[in-house]
Amino acid sequence: MSMLELRRVSKVFGEGSTEVDALSNIDLTIERGSLVAIMGPSGSGKSTLLTIAGTLELPTSGDVLIDRKNVVAMSRDDKARLRRRTIGYVFQDFNLLAGLTAVENVALPLELDGMSLKQARAHGMAALEELGLADRAQRFPDELSGGERQRVAIARAVVGDRSLLLADEPSGALDSVNGEAVMRMILAACHQGVAALVVTHDAKLASWADRVIFLRDGVAVDETLPPARPEDLLGSATTPPTL
Amino acid sequence: MTIRHSLLALLSEGPKYGFQLRQEFEARTGDMWPLNVGQVYTTLNRLERDGLAEVDDGDIEERQRNYRITDRGTEELARWLRTPPDLSQPPRDELVIKILVASRLTHIDVYEVIQVHRRHLVQLMQQWTRLKEDDANFDLAFALAVDAELFRLDAVVRWLDAADGRLKRTNLETSTESDETAARVARRTGALR
Repeated sequence: MSMLELRRVSKVFGEGSTEVDALSNIDLTIERGSLVAIMGPSGSGKSTLLTIAGTLELPTSGDVLIDRKNVVAMSRDDKARLRRRTIGYVFQDFNLLAGLTAVENVALPLELDGMSLKQARAHGMAALEELGLADRAQRFPDELSGGERQRVAIARAVVGDRSLLLADEPSGALDSVNGEAVMRMILAACHQGVAALVVTHDAKLASWADRVIFLRDGVAVDETLPPARPEDLLGSATTPPTL
Repeated sequence: MTIRHSLLALLSEGPKYGFQLRQEFEARTGDMWPLNVGQVYTTLNRLERDGLAEVDDGDIEERQRNYRITDRGTEELARWLRTPPDLSQPPRDELVIKILVASRLTHIDVYEVIQVHRRHLVQLMQQWTRLKEDDANFDLAFALAVDAELFRLDAVVRWLDAADGRLKRTNLETSTESDETAARVARRTGALR
C-alpha cells in the first residue's frame, strides 16, 4: 500500500526572468515497508523534494498523497496534524533541543499532539530502548556523542506510530560506521512497516535503499533496477589479488 | 603472494594441516575468496622448499601432515605485513578512459554515459550492502572485506560525480567564452555597429 505518492510534482521558485524550475514533473510512489533513496548533486532539488513530501512546502503543480490523502487540498490544521502524527523527520544536524533530555526530546512530538506527559515519556522510553539508548535517556544532547545524538533524532522520528520517515543526509558528519548504524535503524523501521525516503549524495548510504532515484536539475533522470541476488557476488570472479 | 603469506599467518598461530588451512583461510576472508585444496598443498610445498615452513615431526605418523612455521617464516611474515603494496602507478582504468573519450565526442551525451555507469555502480553497491544487512550472522572478516569493496566502488562513484561537475562547469565557461568571443569578433567586423 502506498504511503507517499508524488504525482507530476513541479516546483518553481522566483518569477519571470529569475524563474527557476527546482523540480519538474516528479512521479514517485513509496510503499509501506520500503526504503527509497534520492541521489543527486547539490542544487539538484533533493531537499526541495523532501520538504514537499513532508508537507512543509506546497508544489507549484502536481499532487502529493500521504496515506492516500491529498495534501495539496488539505487545511493548515490537517497538515499540521499529519506532520505530528504520521511523518517523522531526520535532519543532517540532528536538531535536538539542547534544554531537553534525550527522552524529553523523543517524547516532545507526542506531547505536542496532546498526549499526557506520562504516556508520551513511556512511548519515548520505548523508542530509545529499541535503539539501544535506554541508559542515555536522562542525558542532555551535549552529553551525547554525535552517533548517539543521531540515534535519538531517529527515535524521535519514529516514536508513536509514525509511518513516513523523511531523512535529509541522515548520517551528517558521522563516520562511516556510525553512518551505517543510522541506515540500519532506518531499515529496521521499514521492516516494521514504515515507508522511508532518504536524500543523500552518498552512494554508501543510498545503497541501503530498495530503490535509488537519481535527480539532476530537478528531473528524475534515472533509477536503479531491482538489485540482483547478492549471493551472485560471492566466489564468482573474485580471486585474491596478485595471486 | 597473498595466499602464501596468508598461510604463513595461519601457521604462525600454531601447526596446522592442509585442509584445516583451507577452511581457516576461507573463514577469515569472509568466504569471499574460495581456495581449492590443490592450491593449498602447492603453496605449502613451496613454503617448505623455501625454508619458511616445515613438516611437524611429532605428527609425522598421523595421516595428515602438520605444517609448522620456521623462524625464517616468522621473519618473512613480519616483513610482508609491513611492506606497502605498489600503488604508485595508477592502474589503466577502463572507466576513466571511456569517460575521457565520451567527453571529446560531440555526438555523445557524456552525462548520459556517466549516469549509465553511476547506476551500474550503485546497483553493485546495493548488492554488497545486502550481504551485510544480516546483522544476526555478523562476521568481522566478512564485514571488513565487504567494506573494502564498498569503499572502492564508492570512490568510483565519487570520481564520476566530480567528472560530471567539472565537465558541466567547463562547458558553461566555454559557452560563455565563445559568446564573448563572438561578440568581440562581431564588434571588430562592425556587425554590432
